[in-house]
Amino acid sequence: MGVIRTYDEINEKIKSGKVVVVTAEEIIHIVKEKGIAQATKDVDIVTTATFGPMCSSGAFLNFGHTDPAMRMEKIYLNNVEAYGGLAAVDTYIGATQESETLGYEYGGAHVICDLIDGKDINLTATAKGTDCYPRKEINTYINKDSINEAYLYNPRNCYQNYAAAINTSNKRLFTYMGILSPNSSVVTYSTSGELSPLLNDPLYRTIGMGTRIFIGGTTGYVSWRGTQFKSGAPRDANNLPKTPAGTLALIGDLKEMNTKYIKPAVFDKYGTSMFVGVGIPIPVLDEDMMRQLAISNEDIYTSVFDYSITEGPKPILAEVSYSELRSGSVEINGEKVKTASLSSLKKAREIANELKSWIQKGEFLLQEPIETFPLDNTLKGLKLTKKGVR
Amino acid sequence: MKQMLLFSFPKEESGHAVTYDLIKKFDLKINIIRASIDFNARGFLLVEIEGTQGIVKDGIDYAKANHVDVSVIDSAIRINEEECVNCGACCAVCAVDALYLDDTASLVFDKDKCLDCKLCITACPARAIEAVF
Repeated sequence: MGVIRTYDEINEKIKSGKVVVVTAEEIIHIVKEKGIAQATKDVDIVTTATFGPMCSSGAFLNFGHTDPAMRMEKIYLNNVEAYGGLAAVDTYIGATQESETLGYEYGGAHVICDLIDGKDINLTATAKGTDCYPRKEINTYINKDSINEAYLYNPRNCYQNYAAAINTSNKRLFTYMGILSPNSSVVTYSTSGELSPLLNDPLYRTIGMGTRIFIGGTTGYVSWRGTQFKSGAPRDANNLPKTPAGTLALIGDLKEMNTKYIKPAVFDKYGTSMFVGVGIPIPVLDEDMMRQLAISNEDIYTSVFDYSITEGPKPILAEVSYSELRSGSVEINGEKVKTASLSSLKKAREIANELKSWIQKGEFLLQEPIETFPLDNTLKGLKLTKKGVR
Repeated sequence: MKQMLLFSFPKEESGHAVTYDLIKKFDLKINIIRASIDFNARGFLLVEIEGTQGIVKDGIDYAKANHVDVSVIDSAIRINEEECVNCGACCAVCAVDALYLDDTASLVFDKDKCLDCKLCITACPARAIEAVF
């Protein structure tokens, strides 16, 4: 019978300063050296992290009421539209919303990061006016200290095994996977691979609703499964999905964040997105957990999709491992093709180490998920249909 | 010696033929690479300048004495390390691998390989790369 640890035991060790924490890269070497059984005995927590562009990000804000009061309907923050379909002075600003004047060079992600940096943001809004909310327009300035709540709520982050991209056409493509040079001259990919949270806990044993995490430089939580959650994707012998699978909905206090760990991203001729830094600690509950944590880039495979095909399913041109992708080139149909990353491994490493130090200092306790995610979720497409036809 | 220089002319100086003086007075060989000069506006002149080390220095001093900002250009781009997140998106478009991630996943710029195509500027999601000229 191998070692079995509980969350309570691990948290007691954190409080007493005796906890052993390593990153998901460090654990690979420890397991190679000591074996699964000994490594499971020696290590309590493994930290994982990622820092990639995540479009499905945004923030809820509450501005506070003016006198006389206003029920804001059309809302703009630094000329970027924020959603007006909530209560009077609540809004949601999405990372990808583009400025009315500057386009995608300044979007919702920039507004969010300017708020985090404590900058003044121009708030303009209009309303029809009601008996209880008579004000019809406003033009003022807010900052993170002047408003009430400001929390990041990202419906989909931390994609488990995102696909890689190639362009077989003879035209340069401008995509969310970066600029794809023509004639299959580059493969881009976006992952921290062996350091990535959901590749270290592929069956969501410890990452579920309520898991405490590092997000944007502060503490946050997994609030739900992310949108497009496809846990039923085909998996290999190591339980790793072969195609994009699980995702996470994340929440965290925007006021406590640091733009060192969350940044706007601009993809030319595509739009605005946001680099979101996420770190998730994984408790070494038993040897099965350690076997998953010990998996390295050589064992993680993804598919290379042809992004020049825009109708019908994108063809898969190759299956490649993350160690091949990280090596700088992969082989596609017998040709050597250069690879390039879109998510920052350097930042992910910084985050994994930062989270490790929070835990070592006793500042961060583990939270057991209050509910785990289903393993058989499938994904629906959107059909063009007529009313009543299913 | 040969040196790439960027002359920035304040608008009061844009009518003064400093380049002509550099050729006539200092016998410098000047190859104009790019120019954006307009009377009554700030002007820029990118030149490759050739001469002995002492004369090149004298020429630069003369330009500076005539209120022209002179900067030595050793590459077409400048990377703002504060803004760069080391993601690697710029490497995807760099056909000659002048931009690459090293073993520590940090971005490296090899200016000697750079062909000045500037595609990396538009490819950078952090908008951390700017054109020098």
